Amino acid sequence: MKPLLSVENLKMHFPVKGGVFLRSVASCKAVDGVSLMIHEGETLGLVGESGCGKSTLGKCMVRLLEPTGGRVDYDGSDITHMKRHDLLPKRRDLQMIFQDPAESLNPRHTIGEIVSEPFIIHGIGDRQERLAKVGELLEKVGLSASAAEKFPFEFSGGQRQRIGIARAIALNPKMIICDEPVSALDVSVQSQVLNLMMDLQSDLGLSYLFIAHDLAVVRHVSDRVAIMYLGKIMEIADADAIYENPRHAYTKALISAIPIPDPTKREDPRFLEGDVPSPINPPEGCAFGHRMDHPKWKESVGMDLALREVGPGHWVQPCPCCTNL
Amino acid sequence: MIRPCRFPDPTLFPYMPLLEVTDLRTGFDTDYGRVVAVDGVDFSVERNKTLGIVGESGCGKSVTALSVMQLLPRPAGNILGGSIQFKDRELVEATPDVMVDVRGDEIGMIFQEPMTALNPVQKIGRQVSEVFILHKKMDKATAREASIDILEKVGIPSPEIRIDEYPHQLSGGMRQRVMIAMALGCKPDLLIADEPTTALDVTVQAQILKLISDLQAEMGMAVILITHDLGVIAETCDEVVVMYGGRIVERAPVLELFANPQHAYTKGLLRSIPRLDRKRKTKLPTIEGNVPSLDKMPSGCRFSTRADIEHDEASITNRPAYGEISPGHWVEKCPYCYQPD
Repeated sequence: MKPLLSVENLKMHFPVKGGVFLRSVASCKAVDGVSLMIHEGETLGLVGESGCGKSTLGKCMVRLLEPTGGRVDYDGSDITHMKRHDLLPKRRDLQMIFQDPAESLNPRHTIGEIVSEPFIIHGIGDRQERLAKVGELLEKVGLSASAAEKFPFEFSGGQRQRIGIARAIALNPKMIICDEPVSALDVSVQSQVLNLMMDLQSDLGLSYLFIAHDLAVVRHVSDRVAIMYLGKIMEIADADAIYENPRHAYTKALISAIPIPDPTKREDPRFLEGDVPSPINPPEGCAFGHRMDHPKWKESVGMDLALREVGPGHWVQPCPCCTNL
Repeated sequence: MIRPCRFPDPTLFPYMPLLEVTDLRTGFDTDYGRVVAVDGVDFSVERNKTLGIVGESGCGKSVTALSVMQLLPRPAGNILGGSIQFKDRELVEATPDVMVDVRGDEIGMIFQEPMTALNPVQKIGRQVSEVFILHKKMDKATAREASIDILEKVGIPSPEIRIDEYPHQLSGGMRQRVMIAMALGCKPDLLIADEPTTALDVTVQAQILKLISDLQAEMGMAVILITHDLGVIAETCDEVVVMYGGRIVERAPVLELFANPQHAYTKGLLRSIPRLDRKRKTKLPTIEGNVPSLDKMPSGCRFSTRADIEHDEASITNRPAYGEISPGHWVEKCPYCYQPD
């Protein structure tokens, strides 16, 4: 199967400026050598703690950020350094849904203006056609066509996220990067939006990169799941394999930290001390082994930590401390 | 007349509630008239126990907590009626002076967003030692010592260095630990935690919840945990109150609530969370529609606008009775939302 979108050894290092002349004194390695691919019609879940670089990776994939290294291929062509003019047609296929629907919709625009903007940018249809399209899109995401005349503040969080989704599917994209699409929503509304996203996927044949920190949500919508830590992928596998047979210590810790909504199954979570270290000057070797202060961490310094396949489609970072490989 | 103290010795009466809230009503005066955010809420907490208050945004769970602390934004927010009995005191009628003594000393509170709850231009030490200076009348040097102790207790590494840092120098989890240190500094009898882990990662959430329950075991305080996460409720609470539209729709011990939910809203909430044992990529059961805004809430069964079963006129206009159906299990008995089998 040919991948729709793939990234290879992708790096996004932000310069850290300091000193009197604001020279760059260090670099923040938000994404540090990530390789993965997303196939047509597939959902890849991307999980990690805040600050691990998952949103940055998503933004690099749609070229909202220009990566400092590696390459991004979309549908067979290299878009890593593609010119704005050439990139525009690709952007039709590559859309994004943001976390906070309150902040990603312009409060001074009507819903009609917000959802028709993609058509204007890409010069599609005249005013009448656009209006008709907007009505159709709003109905597709479960709102009424009359919503086009209202403003974002007149809607609840869940409805606003539906508007964000309508805008993202306006141009019949093939791939949507969803950056924490349900994190800001209430439980009962969250399931409505997740259902909508799964319905749209089967109707329109969409591929998703689903970025989230809620592992139960990610498991539910994803075909495969990638676990990210400090700018690197630690483990990537089928969603069932990740949850039933996690190989990396970080994946295990993440899964055990999920509160289970069943009071009969109370258990002490496998304890994970400390916070994610700063991606400026990350530790050498296995970053997670370093956080755990694992006795075998020293052995991982200088080792080749490229992902290794341990089962069909199950890739994991080999290191003596976290995976015993 | 001197009122006899109702709590001579907590060890003699361990099952007496520490906090008892009866028929609490809190409203806000807005440009469009008065909006009742908490509409007749009853609950109680005992020492050593954790009460969970769960509900979606706008259901009145935070306003309930702010009412107990008397931290409602004035003059718009007011307690309209009911009683809040804390130990031997009635807090609804308490003067501001009394509340200053109670807040921070006998009742501690943790807020959701440690970023905004801490003062960004004051060092950690000054903010933590404030409680000791205010309530324990310590001088600055002793308060500093006490602050280092409590920071160490909440698991902040090298507290003697951290105490001279500013909030922005700490991570989210560390900031929440500082909040907890401030709330627990005076060993309060009651800790109110309003969404203490919502802004944190799952791994840090687990650390913070463990910390709260460890400190509870050590100090014997009662905890009110406000959250929208049923997973957190299941892992930490003894009793649960489910709120919707400013009212309690169901209240039960945690095992009972998860095993035997009775109200349609509780059932809907429990069904709609994605679980690790559910089949992937299947349709999640949902609760239709959105929470109506408070001024559009029906006066009868508040859940009637979203329930699967159509309600008749009477149940939409008349408030359903709220009663106990088995020991400790209370339900709002709307004939459509509560159908015992």
